[in-house]
Amino acid sequence: MSANDSVAAFRSEAADLLEQIEQGLLDLGQSLDDRALVDTVFRGLHTLKGSGAMFGFDALAEFTHHCESAFDKVRKGRAVATHDLIKTILSAKDHMQALIDDAATAPRETGDAILEALRLAVIDSAIPDADAGHDQNAAIARDVSVAPDALAEAISDAGWILRFRLPPTCMINGTNPLALLAELRDLGATSIHALSDRLPSLADLVPTECQLSWEVELPSDVTRDLIEDVFIFVMDDMEMTLERHAADAGATTASTQPVAPIAAAGDGGASPGKASASNVIKRDESVRVPAERLDELMNRVGELVIAQSRLAQLAHQGSVDEIVLREISEEIERLSSELRDTTMVLRMMPVGNLFGRFRRLVHDLSAETGKTIEFATEGEATEVDKTVIERIADPLVHLIRNSCDHGLETPEARRAAGKSPGGQITVSAHQTGSEVVITVADDGRGINREAVRAKAEAQGLIAPETSLDDNELLQLIFHPGFSTAAQVTNLSGRGVGMDVVKKTVESLRGTIRMESVQGSGTQIMLHLPLTLAIIECMLVRVGAGRYAIPLSAVEECLQLPAGEAESTSGRSFLDVRSELVPFLRMNEIFQSDRPTDLHQKVVIVRSGAQRVGLVVDQIIGNAQTVIKPLSRFHASAQSFAGATILGDGAVALILDVVQLLSSASLPPRPSSDWALGEAA
Amino acid sequence: MTANISAAADAKPAASRVLTFDLGGEIFAIRAESVREILEVPPVTRVPGAPEFHNGLINVRGAVVPLANLRFPFEMPEQACDEDTRVIVLEEMVDDSPEIIAIFADKVTDVYEMEMENIHQPPGIGMQWRPEFISGIGRKSGRFVIVPDMTRIFREYLPR
Repeated sequence: MSANDSVAAFRSEAADLLEQIEQGLLDLGQSLDDRALVDTVFRGLHTLKGSGAMFGFDALAEFTHHCESAFDKVRKGRAVATHDLIKTILSAKDHMQALIDDAATAPRETGDAILEALRLAVIDSAIPDADAGHDQNAAIARDVSVAPDALAEAISDAGWILRFRLPPTCMINGTNPLALLAELRDLGATSIHALSDRLPSLADLVPTECQLSWEVELPSDVTRDLIEDVFIFVMDDMEMTLERHAADAGATTASTQPVAPIAAAGDGGASPGKASASNVIKRDESVRVPAERLDELMNRVGELVIAQSRLAQLAHQGSVDEIVLREISEEIERLSSELRDTTMVLRMMPVGNLFGRFRRLVHDLSAETGKTIEFATEGEATEVDKTVIERIADPLVHLIRNSCDHGLETPEARRAAGKSPGGQITVSAHQTGSEVVITVADDGRGINREAVRAKAEAQGLIAPETSLDDNELLQLIFHPGFSTAAQVTNLSGRGVGMDVVKKTVESLRGTIRMESVQGSGTQIMLHLPLTLAIIECMLVRVGAGRYAIPLSAVEECLQLPAGEAESTSGRSFLDVRSELVPFLRMNEIFQSDRPTDLHQKVVIVRSGAQRVGLVVDQIIGNAQTVIKPLSRFHASAQSFAGATILGDGAVALILDVVQLLSSASLPPRPSSDWALGEAA
Repeated sequence: MTANISAAADAKPAASRVLTFDLGGEIFAIRAESVREILEVPPVTRVPGAPEFHNGLINVRGAVVPLANLRFPFEMPEQACDEDTRVIVLEEMVDDSPEIIAIFADKVTDVYEMEMENIHQPPGIGMQWRPEFISGIGRKSGRFVIVPDMTRIFREYLPR
């Protein structure tokens, strides 16, 4: 059991590491000589190798080891980072993912091909660098293992004095001071002294803490970079001073820099094969929760237990003091609502995790399409329910692909249009009220209205003369019948069209909007609810039944004018502040068998641009409702988003305003089923 | 008892444990193992627009469960609830996935071992009910016992 747990923990850690490696590589692609990024990637590879070996992922450890060795050359300045190298390591990262998922099925040839490509990449890039040997530091770093004595003459003859102190907790984190000292010894350290100046008295000594510091003399031929490399994994937390020694350190022992052999990728083809799509493995779902949120939850539970025991005490008393009872009831009410909020938040994740994946996508698409694409993200810290994030990933991938494929023009076309040759795609998120808006924007050619209309007419979606406003025209793109042949071929394999994007968003109770200016770009906005489990509703009564209307759709409530109480004419309009608002008599739609109340109310709801009044018998009030899905038997009752259980234990149906309005809208316009589509 | 239940899973069980209930003057028997619980009639929420057979929803300890009325497939006249009326919560496999659904019973009467050899195929004539809704007709103390094919009935009403 515990072995499985630790393997699962490793998988989760590895996913983070791979993510970190990928982000580092993508960043590196933008600034090829950023040493800090090189170090980040190297650290990621090194840690992955180490923990992979520890948890028995031997194939992964071996493969990563070779990648690490190759990349180490870049870190040591013996090879330069190139776009080809980054591309190769990105595909290596994909292969690592495959090895983690299932080492047995990950094709070995792919791995060998990648290693071979990697080997070539570091060799190729090393050659021009070696010719330009005027950078002394780089030259030393490159050649120190070959001829240390010769190079020692080139620089100052003074040795180094290094003093370092590790953080006391370093051993808990797995740092082994002895290993560090051994590495220094390999560099040629001539003397190593432990300094016990800060050693506490025996009574205060915690054996698991590292209280020693060290003073090390190193020969002068060792560069500062090499010394600092020893501490690469602990550098951030430690104290270190490194200075030149006045007197020469004397006998310099030839240092042998450990250089791991590059994998001789034997029979594998030399072509840099792209790792095949890793097969999806079903993992146990888990959520990472910041500890402080759990603490908060524990506090609430603690308070609840206290309130409960007060209640129990009260119940055992002979006579019940009503004031105390009410007080406890209020206390429990507050606690349960806080508990609910805190628990909801546990499922929230920042969208940044999701956005991170898209960088790679855009990177690959950019290579595929030959367009230069700048990718920016905003609002990564915005938090959304985990389910929303998971379900929205594929639609967003599709939207981004669309922007790359169809939205952005080729560099030539952009220049001709007076734009910068590189296209821009921005994915952003922000929260407004109870919803999160995720926007995919590009500065491409925008949507050609005439082409959309022509297409829709050709597909028979609209009659040739139908007059549509701009929004309705754009919504045609989301119609199931709309996808064009070109789209199908370009995006085949994903099996997602714009109609699927819309369906997914709707299934999350979200809406999709689109803005596009021809010639200057398109924006697609997904409005999504913050959470799927609870919605704020207005409870109303129609006949004998109680219904919940999601508060997000409610605009205002009115008294139904007495003259409209009976359905006398075909006209069902209200004049709301000189705006024409159609209304629906809910008791007719729900076929209530009770006579309507004398003073009926109108709840005005909005769906997209449309405002419609719902005539109900009574407005009961607002309530937080936990949504329960309806069973398969009621799947055809589309006017309802689900059901909820009221305070008295009865079941109330939750209206799906969008579906209700679209099923109630009249048929004269052939586009009725998607004319409302904006909010659908 | 247990032996019989486990035997019921086999191809040719000799007897099956059933729950019998009255509905519209007839006795119905359903497999006891598919019964989750029997409740007094809770408040029922009507689902507008749903077929009459299952246009109710009830709260079964926090879960929203559809409530069906076998009077409709068996074309029996409606009847008001009284103090004997119960709701039987069933879990049935419908199209390979378990569905929880409740049904009305005028009165829950008995649980007993029904001998398989006493169950007969429904006759093709002399019956106004749809034959596919009945998996067999048995006898008990001189009266007929209808064994409805619940899966078949539920599938009939599932929206396509």
